[in-house]
Amino acid sequence: MARESRRPPIRVLIAKPGLDGHDRGAKIVARALRDAGMEVIYAGLRQTPEEIVESALEEDVDLIGLSILSGAHMVLFPRVLNLLRSRKAARIPLFAGGIIPDEDARKLRKLGVKAIFGPGASLEEIVRTARSIARPRT
Amino acid sequence: MRRRPPVPAAARAILARDRLALARLITKVENRDHGVAPVLQALYPHTGRAAVIGLTGPLGVGKSSLVNSLLQLLRKAGKRVGVIGVDPSSPFSGGSVLGDRIRIDRDPADTGIFFRSMASRGHPGGLAAATREVVRLLDAFGMEVVLLETAGTGQVDVEIGAVASTNVVVLVPHLGDEVQSLKAGLFEIADVFCVNKCDLPGADGAARYLAELVGLTPRSDAWRPRVVQASTVLGTGIDELWAAVEAHEAYLRTSGSFEKGNRTRLEAEVLELYRERILAGAVAQVEGSPELRRLLDEVEARRLDPRAAADSLYERNHARRRPRS
Repeated sequence: MARESRRPPIRVLIAKPGLDGHDRGAKIVARALRDAGMEVIYAGLRQTPEEIVESALEEDVDLIGLSILSGAHMVLFPRVLNLLRSRKAARIPLFAGGIIPDEDARKLRKLGVKAIFGPGASLEEIVRTARSIARPRT
Repeated sequence: MRRRPPVPAAARAILARDRLALARLITKVENRDHGVAPVLQALYPHTGRAAVIGLTGPLGVGKSSLVNSLLQLLRKAGKRVGVIGVDPSSPFSGGSVLGDRIRIDRDPADTGIFFRSMASRGHPGGLAAATREVVRLLDAFGMEVVLLETAGTGQVDVEIGAVASTNVVVLVPHLGDEVQSLKAGLFEIADVFCVNKCDLPGADGAARYLAELVGLTPRSDAWRPRVVQASTVLGTGIDELWAAVEAHEAYLRTSGSFEKGNRTRLEAEVLELYRERILAGAVAQVEGSPELRRLLDEVEARRLDPRAAADSLYERNHARRRPRS
């Protein structure tokens, strides 16, 4: 048995907003975060921004990771950020993965997306970043 | 009696149905935060009203899908429903993938539902150590029904029997031969058997066999467990499943079994918390001590066997403290 760590595990929501049905990437990231000792709430495909934010609040997560390949990121991500703000949960950081052009990535970072990973990002890098941006527990 | 302390703000927020406060308090309970004890104490008098329905059974029998079907039925009936989905934590990394939400279809604006995923965090039996307390929080929050889905369970994972008021054991056709069901454990805690995926061949046979088995399994009360068939794919049998659950809940209330069962459950909980407390203290007292290191040297050198080392630790540190009887 693994030794129980003193610090409670990081809770992270992984979801796929929008309509594309390709969730291999999201599942692989979920697994890597699990192997790094995190509790990953996997919400799955076709999640609306409202569903994502409600799940994040109910599950009291420290981090949200969204995977998207449909190209709708410039619509859906700002909507998630706004909803988080309006629910007074802007402290929950958001990171993203998928097919996101550099120019869009710059804009999204400005809007508040903490990290964006494209194809070829290593799992080590994603885990390291997730750990460093997760909301610290008070 | 102690003087009654003021009601903590977190408890008032739960009673006022503040969803964010509930979510945060659940996290603190899960993390064994010491600050929550007065909050739980303040909320306890407001609990005991919810029907706690456990769904348990092996991996992949469709527990989450059944929870979703029951959730739809209960919301249509206007019931406020809390859902807890437990999934296992890795014994290696401590991490977990909690996937019970995937099956849930719901309007995110519906405040009559509160869904929470819990990782077992090393607790055996298909539940997490904090599950009972989280059930109580949902109860105090005003949920009329709490659906409690265990992690996929094996034959000996029967702790749910001590937490839920009605236990549904979910099975599917062709899980194994009849001898499997003669073995002790899971089958003994069922108040309702649900043969799920009854669109698959073999469901009738499985249900028939279970119905025969029910007559042969001794119980401490006069309830005769019901057997229902359901298919979440076809949407059949869900009404029957809920009717069977309600029949058992009604039986509990009219027969006095509820009070009796409740007392047994509370006793088990108090004793478990007591055990947890004593164990933690007793282990912390010797962990990392020079005495333990010395004994380990002996064990490693094969001069002392592990049991003798443990006995020696116990004799020196705990045995003498016991009051004489």
